[in-house]
Amino acid sequence: MAKNEIKYLTAIKQEKPKKKFCRFKKYGIKYVDYKDIDFLKKFLNEQGKMLPRRLSGNSLKYQRKVADAIKKSRQMALLPYVTDLFK
Amino acid sequence: MNNYELMVIFTPVLSEDDFKSAQKKYQDFIQENGGSTVASNPWGLKSLAYPIDKKTTGIYWILEFTAPPTVNEKLKIQFLRDEQIMRHMITKLDKNAVEYNHIKRNGGFPVHKAVEA
Repeated sequence: MAKNEIKYLTAIKQEKPKKKFCRFKKYGIKYVDYKDIDFLKKFLNEQGKMLPRRLSGNSLKYQRKVADAIKKSRQMALLPYVTDLFK
Repeated sequence: MNNYELMVIFTPVLSEDDFKSAQKKYQDFIQENGGSTVASNPWGLKSLAYPIDKKTTGIYWILEFTAPPTVNEKLKIQFLRDEQIMRHMITKLDKNAVEYNHIKRNGGFPVHKAVEA
């Protein structure tokens, strides 16, 4: 048994991930504007693809509104359909 | 009388006064068909996120108006016929959207800024 290797009986508790919250409910945002690109960019990853709910932390009702707004802004060439490292 | 928001992308080769006259033409068209324009907001020349029929820039124009539902169909025909217009989109605004646009126009969003944190 390696002398210096310490064995813990129970696994070390990793740092608890930040409690996710739905920003729309918390800050009382009612309407997702498809023209507000900087706000929509928070819900896109580097390739310009939409983040799933488990990453964006949105509730279902607002995730659909965000998805709808993103599709509209993509249609009007405000947001790209796919890029690389556009953030 | 529903609230609608129209976004139009003109070809970048359009001159300034053509752009103005096009805006005027469509606003009058809505007026004739019993609608009324609430706010017109020309963004002007902007680069597109991806090229539309080989052009990488376009002139954006946003118009918020109220109109009876029958107007949109006629409006769409006008847009498809007009070759200066590359792309157009009409969205229906619900009460939250109207309120959002109203706040956005006169005075920004103090709370909204806090959301960025």
